[in-house]
Formats: sequence, C-alpha cells, structure tokens
Amino acid sequence: MIELDKVAHSYGGGDLLTDVSLRLAPGSFHFLTGPSGAGKSTLLKLCYGELLPSAGQVRLFGRDVRQMTRDDVARSRQRIGVVHQDCQFLDHLSLAENVSLPLTVSGREAEAGDDNLSELLNWVGLSRQADALPPQLSGGERQRAALARAVIMGPDVILADEPTGNVDWEMSLRLMQLLVELNRMGKTILIATHDLNLIRAAKAQVAARVLRIKDRRLHLAGANL
Amino acid sequence: MSALGKTVLALVIGDVQADRVVPPTGFTVQLTVFTSAAMAFLAVFALALSMASGRLADRWADALARTATVRISAPQGQMQAQTDAVMAILWTTPGVADPRVLSAEEQRALLEPWFGPDLPVDRLPLPQLIELTETEDGFDAEGLRLRLAAEAPGAVLDDHSRWRRPLVRAADRLRLLGLVSIGLIALATAAMITLSANAALSANAQVIKVLRLVGARDVYIARAFVRRFSGRALLGAAVGTALGMVAVALLPGADPAGGFLTGLGFHGAGWIVPLLIPPLAAFVAFWATRIAAFRMLQEIT
Repeated sequence: MIELDKVAHSYGGGDLLTDVSLRLAPGSFHFLTGPSGAGKSTLLKLCYGELLPSAGQVRLFGRDVRQMTRDDVARSRQRIGVVHQDCQFLDHLSLAENVSLPLTVSGREAEAGDDNLSELLNWVGLSRQADALPPQLSGGERQRAALARAVIMGPDVILADEPTGNVDWEMSLRLMQLLVELNRMGKTILIATHDLNLIRAAKAQVAARVLRIKDRRLHLAGANL
Repeated sequence: MSALGKTVLALVIGDVQADRVVPPTGFTVQLTVFTSAAMAFLAVFALALSMASGRLADRWADALARTATVRISAPQGQMQAQTDAVMAILWTTPGVADPRVLSAEEQRALLEPWFGPDLPVDRLPLPQLIELTETEDGFDAEGLRLRLAAEAPGAVLDDHSRWRRPLVRAADRLRLLGLVSIGLIALATAAMITLSANAALSANAQVIKVLRLVGARDVYIARAFVRRFSGRALLGAAVGTALGMVAVALLPGADPAGGFLTGLGFHGAGWIVPLLIPPLAAFVAFWATRIAAFRMLQEIT
C-alpha cells in the first residue's frame, strides 16, 4: 500500500532520515518510535505525500509520489486517514460537520447518511457532542473526533502521529482500543508514539511490529521493549 | 459559451457546501462589494462618454461630410447675376447634387440666435448662401474654387472640412479615452479583487491546510473562494451599475441642436450595453480569484 524504498529526507542542512525502507502490507499494524525530533512526523508526512523524499522512492498504492499530480495526491489522501497530535479542525463547523468533512470535499456527502455518521460518533463516544464546535471539546474528545474523521472515508491505511500525546492514560487506552478494532476490520495502521507503555499495552491485543528510528535510520525493534 | 454558461449557472446556484467550509468574513466583504460598486459606477460614465462621443463623431462625419456651402458677397446690383452664374456652374459640376439657394427666411432663421427675431435682414448687405450636397463620388473642391473665382468673383466655397475634421478627430479621441478608461477600470477591479482574495486566502491558510489534509482537490478549495468573490463583485457591480444608470438617466435632456455635454447618455438599445458591466465584473473577479487561489495552493502540499 505504502512503500518507501531507500528514502532519505533532509531539511536544509544534513539528512534527517537516510536509507529508510518500509513496506506497509495490507492489514499490518506498526508502531513507529524513537526520541523526539528523530523524524517520526517526517516519516509519516512522507507516507501521505506532504513531503517529498530527497532521495529514494515513495510509492502510494503502487504509484511514485514524484509522478503524482496534486489531484492524485488529494485522491490518495482520501484513502489514507491521518490523525495528528494537534488535530486540526475547521473551528466554525460543528463536530459532526468536521467528521464528515472528507466526504464533503470529495463530493460524496450523499454517503454521509445520518445513520453512518451517528454510528461512527457513537463508536468514538462523541454522540452527545455532535453539535459542539471544536474549541469546546477536550483534548481526548478532539483526538477521538480526529480519528472518526480519519476513518469516515473507509480508508485502507490509518496514520496516527502521537495520537495520545495530549490525553491521559485511560483515554490513551481507549484510543488504542479503537485503533486495534480498526486493524481487526482489515485496516493498515501506523502509529508514531514515544510512549512505550502504550506499545506494551497494545501488543497484548494485536500482533504489532515496532519500528525505531535511531541514528537517522529505521530499525526493526526486538520483541522485548 | 457553454463553459461560460455553466460558470454563470454555478455562480447563481452555487455549491453551498464549498461555501460553508470557508469561515464567513466580516468587514472585508463590504469593502469588496463597495469597491466593485464604485468601479461599476465609474464604468457606466466612461461607457456613456465613449458612446456619446462615438455618436457625435459619427454624426459629424456622416451628416456634415456630404454638405458644403457657397457664400456670395457682391454689391446689391450684381447679386442676382452672380447667384445665377454660380448655380449654373454647380449644376454642371460632377459630384454636386441639389444645389439650393437659401431663401431670405432661412437666412434670417440662421441669424436669429445671434441677433434676435426682429432683424431687418432685407436692409442688410448679407451674403447669399447656397447649400449643396455631395454625391457618393464627391467633387473636386479645388477645381470648383477655380471655376467660381473665374465666373463669380464674389463666391467662396466652404466645404466645412476646415472645422469639421478637428472636431471629428477630437470626438474620436474622446471615444478612445472612454474605452481606455473602461479597460483601466476592469484592470483595477481585477487588481483589487486579487488583493482582497489574497488577503482572504492568507487569513484562511489553516483552513486550506486542513482541507488539503482530508483530501480536498485544489479546484474544490479554489471554488469556495472564487464563488464568494465573484458573487460579491456581481452584487457590487449590479448596485453600482444601477446607480450609474439612474444618474445618467437623470442628466438634463439632450438639446435638439445636438449640444455635446447634454447629449451624454444612452439612447435606445444603448441602454442594454451598461447591463453587461455586472456580469463582466463577475467574470473578471472569477478569473482573478481563481488565479490567485491556484498560485497560493501551489505552496501547500
């Protein structure tokens, strides 16, 4: 689905990532870990076409991102759900409208049937906040709303960048539970986090592989954390 | 044409959803509407000016080009003989049609505006005027002057070109200036819309980023802004055009003698022309915003 082949990325001076190869197979569950500033967010951005590699090749659904037009990138993002640490919403629209925004912008709002939307909001536990504006929500509620928005298009892949960064432990577990459920439904999941406890908790429920960025390279971490 | 039709249709019906995703903006909306109205108001006057001077140039060029006058100044006794001689020459000159001796009443009517109605014309040593029209081919003015000088020394040919040509040229130039003004107004409108669209795009950079993140294509994002600005330009220009047309209609009526300033305005079907200003403003706004939006979107992945 998403393949990185000997990818490097540099911000002006020097490489942040070098010789990174990664293949996200359908239905796989990966954690991406490493110290702050190691390039976890950069790697995720390479995976949804926000950044272009300075060397190597990134393929989204079999197509080289360098060959893709802006519209191609937009269409592939409709198949990739992204959850940011600082989830970005349109503050003038209600939570329900924000969650269904991906359907709206792709001209598929007809599919946003009220039943589907309320079922989804129910799943993330935000039914009662459907009409609230994003600034009125708590950190945990915003993260769950971002997750709901990321999955409403029925994406093949879900990329989450520190999804539990701003929420307490209980809420972290709840979010992880939702991501595990999505993986059981066949979605490919990649979560960037520095929270090893969270990884341990998740490994009890799902066969997750852990990737670690160290010295600008990507390593497959051992079974013991 | 069908693409334009669809654009207009899309502007009228609109994509309410695309509109909703961009937060409403307050004060700048009114500025855009106001500027667009002011520009349309000015455009109506530039249009009225260029159409009026166009009519004037055409009228002078057409009506006066085909006429000329022979003026005979002779002592009382010789007047009739010279007039007959001139008429004989005119009848036999190729290119001259319908020479006509103006009657005393007609000459008095011509002088009335200057000397009043009670002028004793018959007691004044007035020259005799002969009016003639040119045929399509025209006549040789120099040749005619020579013949007149030989046969009737008191006769002078005036083919009006001496004062007509600079007037026609001035009227033509005025029409050109009017058209240049309309062009400048259109460009200024485009510049103004581009500036305010850029301001709106910058103010909404975060919104645009979110939209790109959730998979919106450029054309979807651009449409939300394009619709908004085209609508404002259309509304403003409609109001400005309406006010401008009312102002032109309320100008003092045209003087039958064809005065220039009082002739400023639209005539008959000419009233349809200013109605093109609002759709034109919307068209300019459409492209200005679209180009600004796409240029800005290039900077966001």
